[in-house]
Amino acid sequence: MPKEAIVRTIGVKKSFMLGKVPLHVLKGIDLEILKGEYISIMGPSGSGKTTLFNMIGGLDKPSEGKVYIDEVDIAQLDAYELAWLRCRKIGYIFQTFNLIPVMSALENVMLPMIFGGLSTDDAREKAKALLETVGLGHRVNHKPFELSGGQQQRVAIARALANDPAIILADEPTGNLDLKTGKEIINLLREMNKEKGVSIITATHDLKMLDVSDRVIWIRDGMIERVEDRENITIKVGEVEGEEAG
Amino acid sequence: MEQKKIEKQLSLPLKNAIQMSFRNMRVRFGRAIIITMSILLGIAFLMSVLTGNAFTMSLIHKGPEEIKVLLMADILEVKTRQVWLVSLSLLVCTVGIVNAMLMSVTERSREIGTMKCLGALDKFIVELFLLESLAHGIVGSIAGCLIGILTMTVVYLIQYGGLIIKIFPLGVILKYMLLSILLGTFLAVIGALYPAYVSSKMEPAEAIRREV
Ligand SMILES: Nc1ncnc2c1ncn2[C@@H]1O[C@H](COP(=O)(O)OP(=O)(O)O)[C@@H](O)[C@H]1O
Ligand SMILES: [Mg+2]
Repeated sequence: MPKEAIVRTIGVKKSFMLGKVPLHVLKGIDLEILKGEYISIMGPSGSGKTTLFNMIGGLDKPSEGKVYIDEVDIAQLDAYELAWLRCRKIGYIFQTFNLIPVMSALENVMLPMIFGGLSTDDAREKAKALLETVGLGHRVNHKPFELSGGQQQRVAIARALANDPAIILADEPTGNLDLKTGKEIINLLREMNKEKGVSIITATHDLKMLDVSDRVIWIRDGMIERVEDRENITIKVGEVEGEEAG
Repeated sequence: MEQKKIEKQLSLPLKNAIQMSFRNMRVRFGRAIIITMSILLGIAFLMSVLTGNAFTMSLIHKGPEEIKVLLMADILEVKTRQVWLVSLSLLVCTVGIVNAMLMSVTERSREIGTMKCLGALDKFIVELFLLESLAHGIVGSIAGCLIGILTMTVVYLIQYGGLIIKIFPLGVILKYMLLSILLGTFLAVIGALYPAYVSSKMEPAEAIRREV
């Protein structure tokens, strides 16, 4: 039996109006991402990764084309269904962490569960367990500003996992982290992907991601340049890293 | 394939919004104080002008002859000045309060976008800001009223002495106080609710992206 597609985009275009001039950011993206895959969307800054991330995550509407999450056309959803989808089906991770500043690590992780209708006690227990999993069991009561960037991103990962989503979308999750911390975050994501079977889609230009990805989708100027699977990537890694070093 | 893949997000009871807005005000206590102070200042200014007017009118009606004559001599001037001062203080009060609330909410646009990513309904976000602005508005307005009345009473006491206590226009001042509290709370709520509503209606991507 072929694996089910968890995300499918058909001819997704997005343009922004800059004054009277339209800026075409996505120029027709066709993608199929399977359940349990670890996908990296690679491309230079400004190529449209974040914009694509927003389309796939139901955080913005495409100008043209369709996005299917688990075979459901998300353009057809009403506000309540969309909120449910964002709450239950998708976990989001941002480059800037986007934790709620007034809430402790624990409360941040509890929030999506509260929105999902879980009781406070159940949410607290589960949030504690998740923070343990990401290695922050000892910092549950700290506020984001009391945590390092890497620790904040771990909280964000725990938060993204809160409602056992089918998909984790991560937009440059290592973009604000140093090399070593970035690597730890990547490994953590890979672990979650293996253990929980959650599909991971990261937009990134961090070449460290290549190692762990099942497939890499290269985009340039709002179009898919090429898609590579794991076997081809491993050959390429040395090449690209050599390039970067040179 | 499963039958129902997508469900509808449930509305949270008001209790959750109350808890969350309380926590927010507690943690951002300094912030809450500053916002409340801007409301307090606006309302204190308005209320001191209104109280001054109430004293003057009371002196004209119930005061001793010599003060009455003195005040009646330029009654026209007094009345124009009163109208002018009230209008000015209303303006200052409105601009001050609405501005403070607008700023405090727009700087939280990213937070609003993030909460929507986590599954918050627009309604919940509006509730959150409604509760916070109500608390700021009521506390700031009441404190502002008391400070305005107190200041003006002291000023008139110094000028006219114990006579002021005898002619103290309690009814009128209470009426002005009620109006000022209503106005201050209304302005605070409008000033917060409008930007909160706009941010909650935005696509989350846009709300997060919007830097203020
Ligand atoms: N809301 C927006 N309004 C106008 N232009 C935008 C908006 N979002 C993105 N862009 C533009 O689209 C292009 C791609 O942006 P983005 O998707 O953020 O790229 P990446 O994440 O790959 O760096 C950039 O030129 C950016 O300025
Ligand atoms: Mg980006």
